Amino acid sequence: MLSYIIRRLLYTIPIVFGVMLVTFLLFNVVRGDITDQIAGKAASAETRAEIQEAYGLDKPLFFDFKQSPFTKAFWNSQFVNHLFSAATFDFGSSYKDRELIWDKIKRGAGPSLALTVPMLIGTVVISISLSLVVAYFRGRWMDYILVLISIVGMSLPFLSFILFGQYFLAFKWGLFPVYFWPDLSVWQYTALPILIGIAAGIGGNLRFYRTVMLDELRNDYVRTAYAKGLSSRQVLFKHVLKNAMIPIITQVVLAIPFLFLGSLLLERFFGIPGLGYLMIDAIGSRDYKIINAMVYISAILFVVFNLITDICYAWVDPRVKFD
Amino acid sequence: MTDSIQTTKNLQKPIKGRSLWIDAIGRLRKRKLAMICFGIILFYVFIACYVQVAEWTGSSWPTNWDESTGQKYESPNAQNIFGTDIFGYSILRKVLYGTKISLQVAFFASILSILIGVPMGAAAGYFGGFIDDVIVWIYSTLSSIPYILLILAFALVLKDKTPFGFKLAGATTVYLAIGLTSWVGICRLIRGEILKRKESEYVLAARAMGCSGGRIIFKHLLPNTFHIVIITFSLRFMSFIHAEVILSFLGLGEKDKPSWGAMIDSARLDLPKGYWWEMTAATLAILIISLALNIFGDALRDCLDPKLRTD
Repeated sequence: MLSYIIRRLLYTIPIVFGVMLVTFLLFNVVRGDITDQIAGKAASAETRAEIQEAYGLDKPLFFDFKQSPFTKAFWNSQFVNHLFSAATFDFGSSYKDRELIWDKIKRGAGPSLALTVPMLIGTVVISISLSLVVAYFRGRWMDYILVLISIVGMSLPFLSFILFGQYFLAFKWGLFPVYFWPDLSVWQYTALPILIGIAAGIGGNLRFYRTVMLDELRNDYVRTAYAKGLSSRQVLFKHVLKNAMIPIITQVVLAIPFLFLGSLLLERFFGIPGLGYLMIDAIGSRDYKIINAMVYISAILFVVFNLITDICYAWVDPRVKFD
Repeated sequence: MTDSIQTTKNLQKPIKGRSLWIDAIGRLRKRKLAMICFGIILFYVFIACYVQVAEWTGSSWPTNWDESTGQKYESPNAQNIFGTDIFGYSILRKVLYGTKISLQVAFFASILSILIGVPMGAAAGYFGGFIDDVIVWIYSTLSSIPYILLILAFALVLKDKTPFGFKLAGATTVYLAIGLTSWVGICRLIRGEILKRKESEYVLAARAMGCSGGRIIFKHLLPNTFHIVIITFSLRFMSFIHAEVILSFLGLGEKDKPSWGAMIDSARLDLPKGYWWEMTAATLAILIISLALNIFGDALRDCLDPKLRTD
């Protein structure tokens, strides 16, 4: 078991390195020189040089071929600095207002989680309950109606859910506040976005869990349970649900890292000052450092949760081996 | 006794072989709903092609979406069935033109991700060893970054770049960003499928006859896995259309021409004023093709690969 954990841990090293490489290629190599963007077009040569020095843009990307051993500059290149700052989680400060990116992220995490955690719980609970209903009524009109609703839900664009939801529920009928306001309590300003998020998420989730349940229903133990005279209800809730927990838990655990991202669109429309809003802002002002930090942090969270799931599998099921 | 003689006689008659595709098409034809959905998809493709041809030949309708056809914010009426927007442009024309842009984006994104994902998945599965390790490393890395963030990051850095003197703007950025990020899924699927099939007898026979690795992959293995590509993309096409909407809304997509995403973005501010028609028209356009793709994709999967059937 210990050797499994160690090998699994070692396996994450190339992945983390890969994420650092991807962010470096995207935000330092492909993006190009952004001195003009930070300094403004009318900036003097001195200002430009100052900015280049402050953000390390004057250093070579990998090697400096003008120096005699061109590898000498490697240890102070943009690439090594990028690796170092990523490894120490030091993302520096934003281009726009010079605030530390960590402070921004810490401030945004709370509102984002207040939005996404209830959304995840609501979506999972409702779609699992509905999937059990569907499995119970499989092949009958109830099944067809729910499947049809879930396909329609998947087919509607998320933006339409948000816009029509905000327009009808908040603006026209006044059931919820339309927009974030600092005086409102958390529950007041997150209620409608949570509701919209759940409504939009149910379609795809219901289909996924329905497939899971129907796959379980085909197993031999279900036939045995029916054969010994159990009712449909007992089979579904006592046997099928318990066995279906494995794919359900995987799905839920791997959704957790995405909670920290908040919801880009919901936060933008309801003005919730979370991490999604932070990213939309950063996209608008081309603040690559914030996007870089968010991509990196979310990838690391994903890797960590993936690791936890795998270790839990190995712990629960001794047949799982790492090769 | 007579029965068995009868059967042997029947067996001696030559049985006409049916390929996987003919078999699947025969089964698909029996499903009325799937055929209706296929008709809807063809209709959308026809509109997109028509707009493209009209643009090439300089024909005026419906490429003249930027001509006002009435007062501003006319509600749906006989002359403008979907009403008009803030500039008095016909929303019908905008929807038709948007069909071209959105389908174009989804089509090129699919082509790009097939061109990257399929050969890489095949190479990883067939050759194994170091090649496999590198390709698996690349896609595990990309898939550990949340999908929407990855697309955003790609679209953000690719926007307004000019590689090889070709300016990336609007729809081009969108399909490059989607295509360069979404090959991961198909690469993983093809790798798994090739791994499973490369030990089968026909591959062994091909190898015994001295076929090269490339020939075995492209002539024998990929044709046998290609239905998976078709199934995946009939279902993924919808998510590409939706991704275009989100990117356009975030200002990373088409700006000067009306795509469905750009329409929703511009209708966002009209909705609170009560001008619901542009938003509704774009939503309906997306909803109908997504529904058709969803239902047709499911039917196609059931017919082509009964093992994957969900119910």
